[in-house]
Amino acid sequence: MFDWIQHLADWLIFGVFGIGEKTHLGQALNFFLYDTVKILLLLFLIIFLMGIVNAYFPVERLRNFLSRSKLYGAEYLLAAVFGAVTPFCSCSSVPLFIGFVRGGIPLGVTFSFLITSPLVNEVALAMFLGMFGWKTTLIYATSGILLGTVGGWVLGKMNLENYLSDWVKQLWENAQHETDALETDAQTFVQRLPNIARNAWAIVKSVVLYVVIGIGIGAAMHGYIPENFFAEYLGGGQWWTVPLAVILAVPLYANAAGILPLIQVLVAKGIPLGTAIAFMMGTVGLSLPEATLLKKVMTIKLIAIFFGTVTAFIILSGYLFNFIFE
Amino acid sequence: MKEVKILGTGCPKCKQTSAILELASIELGLQQEVMLTKVEDIMEIMKYNVMTTPAVVINEAVVMKGRVPSLEEAKKLLAF
Repeated sequence: MFDWIQHLADWLIFGVFGIGEKTHLGQALNFFLYDTVKILLLLFLIIFLMGIVNAYFPVERLRNFLSRSKLYGAEYLLAAVFGAVTPFCSCSSVPLFIGFVRGGIPLGVTFSFLITSPLVNEVALAMFLGMFGWKTTLIYATSGILLGTVGGWVLGKMNLENYLSDWVKQLWENAQHETDALETDAQTFVQRLPNIARNAWAIVKSVVLYVVIGIGIGAAMHGYIPENFFAEYLGGGQWWTVPLAVILAVPLYANAAGILPLIQVLVAKGIPLGTAIAFMMGTVGLSLPEATLLKKVMTIKLIAIFFGTVTAFIILSGYLFNFIFE
Repeated sequence: MKEVKILGTGCPKCKQTSAILELASIELGLQQEVMLTKVEDIMEIMKYNVMTTPAVVINEAVVMKGRVPSLEEAKKLLAF
């Protein structure tokens, strides 16, 4: 599917610029050009597709459905799946949270959504697809959704309602199973497409710099770090590498676009895939800016429990991956 | 007189939305008729029952939420 990009890269670097095929520089530039074009294309495509899905299933629809129906546990999975397909914007997390609370949706289900939404987002998926192929992407998405489902369920069992901010607690007590009318968008599908494409383009534009820098550093590292360099130091399956990777990753607020090309190189040079995925989840799934926003609706204690639980589950899934891919 | 409110907690998308609406009102020559306000307080935002920001409220009715309008759309919203 991407052969033509490889031909283009070969033609441009080796042909037009005449940089030797056997040189470090030629290889690195070729790799850089190929990856950048491929990733940007994938980003646009996936964000566009998610935009279409979202135009049909806005989050209000999920809220109303969860609020109305009794699902015997499936609501956690459903919330997590929706979290995955909803484009994530950290500034929307508070209004979303309040909207769920007001709809009388259990706190645990709301957490399922909140965990998966940043963890499995369109940018991360496109980057994964471009750097690791569809199998790893599928594993990442599935485990992100499972992590959200189980994490939300566990948090729900802890009866944490008392740790909400006072004004949210009041909302909680007055929650109704409201199903307010959906905003009816009079536009037809075809009328909406240009808008969805425009939004996708805007997101691609906002991450393009990170992609280019990430791939650039990755390409440089690729040529200069010896094969199996990390395997000798970190890849020997020492038990502490996974928790260390996650604990380093949580305060690190990087976006998926910039961090994934680096992770790919680390994996190529011998870091176990599970450790790398756990690192990635820690980086995009939990962040300090998100914690600051959540302070408006939760007490510090609840944020700590929330982050702690998710961190623990990320570490667990890191071990699990390393075990599977061994 | 049209009261236009932009709901958003100050994220880049919300700022973009206000900028586009402002531009639209200037291009339509409606600066005198349109009063733009940014609502950044979360308690205030929640009164409008929106779950995704940015959202645009015209005369107390939510007309758009969860995305940034194009200039065309913004003009349509204001001209109505």
